[in-house]
Amino acid sequence: MTVVTTAGVDAAASASTPARRGSWSWLGLVPFAAYVLLFLALPSVLAVASGFFDRRGAFTWDNITALGDPLIVETFANSAGLSLLTAVIGALAGALVCYAMLGLHPEGLVRSAVDAAAGVLAQFGGVMLAFAFIATIGLQGVVRLFLLDAFGIDIFANGTWLYDLPGLVLPYIYFQIPLMVITFMPALSALRPQWAEATLTLGGSRRAFWSYVGIPVLAPSFFASLLLLFANAFSSYATAAALASQGAEIVPLRIRSALTSETVLGRENLAGALALGMIVVVGIVMFVYSAVQRRAARWYQA
Amino acid sequence: MNRLTPSPLTRAIVGIVVGAFFAIPLVSTLIYTLRMPDGSLSWSRWTGLFDPHTVAALKPLWTGLGNSLVLCVVTVAIVLLLLAPTMVLVALRFARLRRAFEFAVLLPISIPAIVLVVGLAPIYQQIGRLFGTGAWTLAFAYGITVLPFAYRAIQASIDAVDLRTLAEAARSLGAGWTAVIVRVLAPNLRQGLLAASLISIAVVLGEFTIASLLNRQVFQTAMVVVQKQDPYTPAIFTLLALVLAFTLLLLIGRAARGTRKARP
Repeated sequence: MTVVTTAGVDAAASASTPARRGSWSWLGLVPFAAYVLLFLALPSVLAVASGFFDRRGAFTWDNITALGDPLIVETFANSAGLSLLTAVIGALAGALVCYAMLGLHPEGLVRSAVDAAAGVLAQFGGVMLAFAFIATIGLQGVVRLFLLDAFGIDIFANGTWLYDLPGLVLPYIYFQIPLMVITFMPALSALRPQWAEATLTLGGSRRAFWSYVGIPVLAPSFFASLLLLFANAFSSYATAAALASQGAEIVPLRIRSALTSETVLGRENLAGALALGMIVVVGIVMFVYSAVQRRAARWYQA
Repeated sequence: MNRLTPSPLTRAIVGIVVGAFFAIPLVSTLIYTLRMPDGSLSWSRWTGLFDPHTVAALKPLWTGLGNSLVLCVVTVAIVLLLLAPTMVLVALRFARLRRAFEFAVLLPISIPAIVLVVGLAPIYQQIGRLFGTGAWTLAFAYGITVLPFAYRAIQASIDAVDLRTLAEAARSLGAGWTAVIVRVLAPNLRQGLLAASLISIAVVLGEFTIASLLNRQVFQTAMVVVQKQDPYTPAIFTLLALVLAFTLLLLIGRAARGTRKARP
């Protein structure tokens, strides 16, 4: 995602004259800096630090060691599994959509409609997405009743999985594919037709082009997008919260129960420790993402 | 013309399969709102939305929507009056800070809202003491969640015009700094500012995590409350919100294209 903004940095920096000495213009930065410190830096630090203290403010390792509890480990494993599954499916399907749109005029009707739809649906993850799936495959859902009446198939024959961990897979894929389209399309558009022509002129086939040129060039971008999708699913809360009003199978829901109930597993401030765990996972994924994305970006310069 | 393009057949198959995956839940939601208990279809739930009886039952929804609209205004104010002037200042005077600035404003992408809310809870206890527990105070947190989106939109506009020359020209013609910012720079950045405002509105209207865990009533939390008694009305609002968001995004797309054309 950061790739869009980095291109002009060097040009801007070199064209600039140094700020006038002794000027008071730095005062203009103070309000925004104070705002970001107070509402971004402070909450992040508080969230992570609170995991190291008990209710009376005494330092403790209790919450951190609680992360090793089999129940918590399972929660993290559930989250990681769900994120990985939906990221892989979303990335493959999204890449296919991008490929299908290759060669369409970027400002044409189909492209602008798909761009706008992808923008909406990628942000659609939330309680409204949960409602749409309840209306579709919930107990009274249109598709469920249709399958039951027309074919006698009961999708809930083995229990109503929609309100459980497996029920999150379809809704998550629903917002992962559009995010993939948004992040991967620039990379695919940067493939130059000349490369294909060169391959064909040299006697290669379309298959040779994709296996020796296309896919190797696109691989870093694809991998970067996959990581972004993983982080996206891992941090997602609203859809799961609206579908599973009680459960705590994934980390964000476990944080909810830690925040709303007094104690979980008999430990105070477990939410802070869980937040630390999430920040570590998402932080590592996003760090690798930006490293891979930087490498992928060298093909973008048109 | 282009040897990379897929065959029309491939294009059609992908379009139909993926299109169906995305259309089925939406069409189902529409049918769900139309289907009556006896199996017939009717628009009565849509037309009944403004019925005096239902208006009372939907009170949480209207309260939540009202709160969310207030939050939209305050959040857009934070973007336009705090973020945008700071970005202009960084572009004009502190170009060397740009990398650090960019790192800070893109950071909220990597910090999940559910993590932020753990740290926001104690801060909002203090805010509650200072300003009361009005829903509008959430805008401080929302200003942070929209930062990356608003930043990208405004920065695209800043990159497209030569702020420094414009500012120096205006200054040498005798304009004060207020006039430079309000009458020279802001009009040149209006597409970015518009896109940033629209995307901020979209994000604020869709936000659930922070509001629900800080116990504030906004549009999305009200939907969950209402859904427990009446699953149909939230479904109707879901479809309306999607149509609204799609229209907003098309507008942003047009605004962005306008910016691109303005570039030399």
